[in-house]
Amino acid sequence: MSTRWNRKDLLGLRELSAEEINFILETTDAFKQVGAREIKKVPALRGKTLVNFFVEPSTRTRTSFELAAFRLSADVINISATTSSLTKGETLKDTARNLEALHADILVLRHSSAGAPQFLGNRLKASVINAGDGAHEHPTQALLDLYTIREKRGKIAGLHVVIIGDILFSRVARSNIFGLVKLGARVTLVGPSTLVPREFEKLGVEVSHKIDNVLPNADVVNLLRIQHERQRKEYFPGLGEYTRLFGLTKERAKLLKPDCLIMHPGPINRGVEIDSEVADGLQSVILDQVTNGLAVRMAVLYLCGGIATT
Amino acid sequence: MSAIIIRNGRVIDPANKRDEIVDLLIIDGKIASLSQLSEFNSQPEEIDANNLIVAPGLIDMHVHLREPGFGHKETIESGARAAAAGGFTTIVCMPNTSPVADTPSTIAWIKERAAAAACVNVLPASAISKNISGEELGPIGSLAQAGVVAITDDGHCIQNNELMRRAVEYARMVGVPVLDHCQDYNLVGNGVVHEGYWSTLLGLPGWPAAGEEAIVMRNILLAELCDHQIHCQHVSTAGSVRLLREARARGVKITGEVCPHHIALTDEAIQNFNTNYKMNPPLRAQADVDALLEGIADGTLSILASDHAPHADFEKEVEFDAAPFGIIGLETELGLFLDLLVHKQRKIDIARLIEMYTVEPARLLKINAGTLSIGAPADVTLIDPDLEWTVKIDEFESASRNSPFDGWKLRGRAVRTIVGGKTVWKL
Repeated sequence: MSTRWNRKDLLGLRELSAEEINFILETTDAFKQVGAREIKKVPALRGKTLVNFFVEPSTRTRTSFELAAFRLSADVINISATTSSLTKGETLKDTARNLEALHADILVLRHSSAGAPQFLGNRLKASVINAGDGAHEHPTQALLDLYTIREKRGKIAGLHVVIIGDILFSRVARSNIFGLVKLGARVTLVGPSTLVPREFEKLGVEVSHKIDNVLPNADVVNLLRIQHERQRKEYFPGLGEYTRLFGLTKERAKLLKPDCLIMHPGPINRGVEIDSEVADGLQSVILDQVTNGLAVRMAVLYLCGGIATT
Repeated sequence: MSAIIIRNGRVIDPANKRDEIVDLLIIDGKIASLSQLSEFNSQPEEIDANNLIVAPGLIDMHVHLREPGFGHKETIESGARAAAAGGFTTIVCMPNTSPVADTPSTIAWIKERAAAAACVNVLPASAISKNISGEELGPIGSLAQAGVVAITDDGHCIQNNELMRRAVEYARMVGVPVLDHCQDYNLVGNGVVHEGYWSTLLGLPGWPAAGEEAIVMRNILLAELCDHQIHCQHVSTAGSVRLLREARARGVKITGEVCPHHIALTDEAIQNFNTNYKMNPPLRAQADVDALLEGIADGTLSILASDHAPHADFEKEVEFDAAPFGIIGLETELGLFLDLLVHKQRKIDIARLIEMYTVEPARLLKINAGTLSIGAPADVTLIDPDLEWTVKIDEFESASRNSPFDGWKLRGRAVRTIVGGKTVWKL
């Protein structure tokens, strides 16, 4: 096993070094080829048991992890909050320990509580992969975003990456900020001042509330899905106003440099944070992100799964 | 007649402005004049207090004993033992029990239980509102007659300013102070950690300083309007200190209390999601710590307390969001304050520290405690101000273990606790 990766868990990007992040991206190159083959399988995790424990529901990320695990020949079980004994009052810790007693090797966890993956990672011998914990981190999403930028633009350092949307409540934004800053990108956050407070500048990024000023010198625009549940109504007045002030409309898209990438973690709200045509346009790499996501997750499962068992 | 003589200690009795090396005589559970020693034929019990401080028994006016209803976290009996082990002879217990302590019968239950099982003096506080729901006044008059020393909705905070105003006016009539856990529910929302750099970094919902300051301000206005004593519990922010300082300079009847964790730690401690750093109000930023230290030094913050909040292991060993707020504190507070305030930061001298744990709370609560006056109950705490010790939570008397201070090396500790002339704990 390479000495360049020695963590059994992937909890977030904040604690990783630039070298470790780059190592994951390099490992991803190898796994990306698997998807292009006719027989999309390698035996890397054969005989290993992977549990997708999604306490917070998800279809896309879970499917992506599930497929990644199948392609690595692992055995996969899916557990959600509603079908687990969490509904019977069992604690997260006990549920996870029970899974470990069944010799689960890798636990992919999505949870609404920040720190839940770390909580389990500290207590289990199994690998814990963070598939999203509250508003804290979503490391595989940021890794696939970094991979996509690197693939399309050849590098990350020196690029100007603009992240637009609800930053305050976004784990995608945080993981991206940590990864991009570590790898030398210049990052600007754009959104309503209630959702993009100035405090973020202490993380080494710029903050702007005027999207039209920022778009012309962006190399990458990463749009976050904007949600408008009850809790957010105190943060901004509605989707219509959001689109007017921050939406990547057809008109705004004309401000972009021709080689600027348009990214989105999905699912997209056509007509809200991004116009329908723009989402399907030439600069959009949204679907590449999905393909890359699968390869990144294979790399992560391979690397962490290898450590847990040695 | 029984007699005990404590020899050669440094007697610090701020109520009587004493600070001298002298013997202290206790006869039949009360402080006696040394001249009464001659009345004795037999030898009094001798306690050697060489190099020790002999202080009036310390008072902690913010303790959760969890009974009735939550005995798996702590009981009146175990909490009292923890108090004794921390050097405290009198504690005030908070009413957020089950049932809530909002009726004379629950208060009577607590007092009976304390009389039967507690080795220190336990003084109950009752709720302000019925069931601590913040909607209707509790039977404050009857509760005062039942012997409560204060009223508080601690754990919660009355949001309806009109209701709080009427409660304060009513409390004035029966002469009990009002204690308040200052939290504006709307500003705070579901905040779990201080709103600042660390909450932004970690994506945890923030608890803004303004959420405490808004209610501190409310309480200052009401203390003035109603001309009655309001006490702000566990003050944690620089803004709160500023508000209290200004109000007290004008003579408003408002006081503030500090808990040791708010000066021993900052919000940086939360980054590993260890729930022993989760409390309400939360750990704050260094600027807030500095302001609290200044507030203690200039007398703006005049009372020290622990907010001893026991929780069982299985309750705290969960995801950060899901964990209850609070840590235990009775057995570490004196050591932490001696070490940080007196020795390291040198913000106050030891006499003032003792004053903040005796005269100040006794005056606020109007209780006969906190002095070594002749005839006073012989509640005495012996302190070794220079003893170096390591906190070992597994050896604590408390039934719970939720403390972030395990392994901390502190300088200064209580070494003997005497209640009514009887040694209830010694090191």
